[in-house]
Amino acid sequence: MRPRHRRVDQTRETAGNGLLDRRAFLTAGAGALSAGAFMALAPGEAGAAGPPETAAEMKMSGAPLSAYGSPASFEREVTRTLIRSQPGTTGAGASRSPLELLEGTITPSGLHFERHHNGVPTIDPAQHQLLIHGMVARPLIFSMASLLRYPLVSRIHFLECSGNSGVMFGANPPALTCGQVHGLVSGSEWTGVPLRLVLAEAGADSRADWILAEGADAAAMSRSVPMAKAMDDAMLALYQNGERLRPENGYPVRLFLPGYEGNMNVKWLRRIKVTDSPTMTKDETSKYTDLQADGKSLMFTYPMEVKSLITRPAPGLRMTGAGLYEVSGIAWSGRGKIRKVEVSADGGQTWADAALSPPVLAYALTRFRIPWKWNGAPTVLKSRATDDTGRVQPTRDALIAQHGANAIYHYHAIQAWRVESSGEVKNVYA
Amino acid sequence: MFTREALLRAGLVLALGGCAGATATAPETPNLGRAASAAEVAGWDVSIAPDGRGLPPGSGTPAQGATVYAQKCQACHGEKGVGGPNDRLVGGQGTLTSATPVRTVGSYWPYATTVFDYVRRSMPFAQPHSLTNDEVYAVTAYLLQLNGIIGEGDAMNASTLPRVKMPNRDNFILVHPWKPKTP
Repeated sequence: MRPRHRRVDQTRETAGNGLLDRRAFLTAGAGALSAGAFMALAPGEAGAAGPPETAAEMKMSGAPLSAYGSPASFEREVTRTLIRSQPGTTGAGASRSPLELLEGTITPSGLHFERHHNGVPTIDPAQHQLLIHGMVARPLIFSMASLLRYPLVSRIHFLECSGNSGVMFGANPPALTCGQVHGLVSGSEWTGVPLRLVLAEAGADSRADWILAEGADAAAMSRSVPMAKAMDDAMLALYQNGERLRPENGYPVRLFLPGYEGNMNVKWLRRIKVTDSPTMTKDETSKYTDLQADGKSLMFTYPMEVKSLITRPAPGLRMTGAGLYEVSGIAWSGRGKIRKVEVSADGGQTWADAALSPPVLAYALTRFRIPWKWNGAPTVLKSRATDDTGRVQPTRDALIAQHGANAIYHYHAIQAWRVESSGEVKNVYA
Repeated sequence: MFTREALLRAGLVLALGGCAGATATAPETPNLGRAASAAEVAGWDVSIAPDGRGLPPGSGTPAQGATVYAQKCQACHGEKGVGGPNDRLVGGQGTLTSATPVRTVGSYWPYATTVFDYVRRSMPFAQPHSLTNDEVYAVTAYLLQLNGIIGEGDAMNASTLPRVKMPNRDNFILVHPWKPKTP
C-alpha cells in the first residue's frame, strides 16, 4: 500500500512499462513534465512554422455575435461515426459518439449516440400529450406545458445501448476506431420530472408491478419497466445538457432510467400503462434478450455492467513519438459508482491505479487519467474498472466463457489497444 | 406556497404510500393531469399482453395472410419469410446453440401475441398502422404457419392467438427477479 502523503516521485514507475504515479502531473513543477500530443488521424495539422508575432486575426474584427453557437470550423471532423441503418431504410439503426475525440464526461448533445427503430419523428410540443393509464385510479393526460410546471430534478448519467461493443463478440477484433466499436455510450445532464410524481397523481395500483412505456415514433417503440424502478429514480426527461431534448434524444419528452440499457429509456414518450405483468413487446423478447451458449436466453437484463475504455490513446488517434503522455479514458457502471480504474501498459502483467477525475457519480461516466512514459516500443494498453458493488470488469475470455459469443448485448469486457512502434493504435484481443 | 423540496417530498411520501393500495387522494403535485376519458384511452392503448388482453375483434387465416404478406411484407422479408434484405422471419429451429444462431419468429420469439402487437404498431415499415386488424391477424397466422407452429386451416383471433405455444417459450430466463402475484 502506498503511503497517502508521501512526496510523489514523478519519475518512478507504479506499474510496468512506464506507468507513472497517477498524481505525477498534478504535483510536478511547471515544465518538469511535458506531455506528448496525440494526433487525430484526420488531416488538418498546421505547418511547422510558428505563428507571426501579431497574427492576422488580431488585425481585424472577429465574427459577429450569433444566436446559437457551433463548434469551431477546425473541428469539422468531430462527428458521430459509423452511421448505419437497416437495408432500405435511413432511420433504423445507430450512429456512434466519437469517443477518442472527446474529453471529460459530458457528451455534446449533437454528438450523443443515436439508436432509432424507425427514424426521428418531428413532434410539436404543443400537440404532444402523455397518457398515464392502466391500473390507476385516475387515467390522466399531461400536456408538455403542464409537465414543465412540475418539480424538476437534474442528474448526470450515462446512457448506453445494450448492443454497444457487440462487434467485440466476433471472432476477429474489428479494425475500427474506438468510437466506432464502443461509441453507443454517451454522458449528459438530464433534467426532468420524477416519474413517481405523475404515477402518484394518477393513483397507481399497489398490485401493479410493471409499467409499459411507449414512444410516438413510427416504431411505437415500447418496453416494460419494473414499477420499483419507476417509483425510484425514473424521470420524465425534458432537458439534456441545459436545453430541451434534441429530437434524436426524444423531444419533447423521454423516459430516463439511470443505469438501465438504452432502449428502455423510451424516446418521444406518449403513453405509460400501469400493468400487473410485463407486456412482452418485440424489443424485450425477440431483441434485447441475451442468447447464451446453451441456447437459453437471458431476459430483462436491465443494468449495464461495469465497463471502462481508454479513449486516448485509442484507434482513431496515433502516438507522436516516445515520451510522456497522459492516458485518459471513461468508466461507468449501471449498478452504481466507479470505485477504481486500473491501467496496464504491459498487456495486463502489472496494473496501476488511475486518478478518477471528480465528481465520481452513480450511473455516470467517470473520467480516469494516468501519466505514461512511452519508450517507443510496441505494447498493449488495458483498463479495468471496479464499481462500488465490487463488480470487476471481466476479460473477454471470461465474459465469453460465461455468456457465449452470441449474446449480442451487454458486452463489457476489458479492452486491449496495441500501440505499434509506428504510433499506430490497434484494436486487439490480448 | 410550496418550496420545490416540499413538492418533491410530498410526491414521494404519497407515491410510497400508494404501495399500500390505490391512493384515494390526489398527491401534492401541481395536479395538472387532466382526466382521460375511456374513449381516449381506448384509442391510444394498442399494447397486447401475452395472455391476449388487448387483442381486438377480427380474424385471419394463413391463406389470407399469404396474400397480405406478398403485397406488404415480402419485399423486405423475402418469399415465405426467408432471403429478404431485412430480418428473416421463418426457420432457424435447432440453430440457437450453434456458432451462427438464426433468430426468427419460429426459432426464437417466446410469445405469439408479440407478433400481432409488433406488426400492428410498427409494420409495414414505411406505412405503420395501415393494416386492418383482420390483416394483422392474417399475417400473424401466415408467419406462424410458415414456421410449422399452427396448421394451414387455423384462424388466428383474440381467443386462438394467446393459446399458441411458441417453440422457444421455455428457453428464456428472467434475470430481473419477478413473479406474477396470485390474485
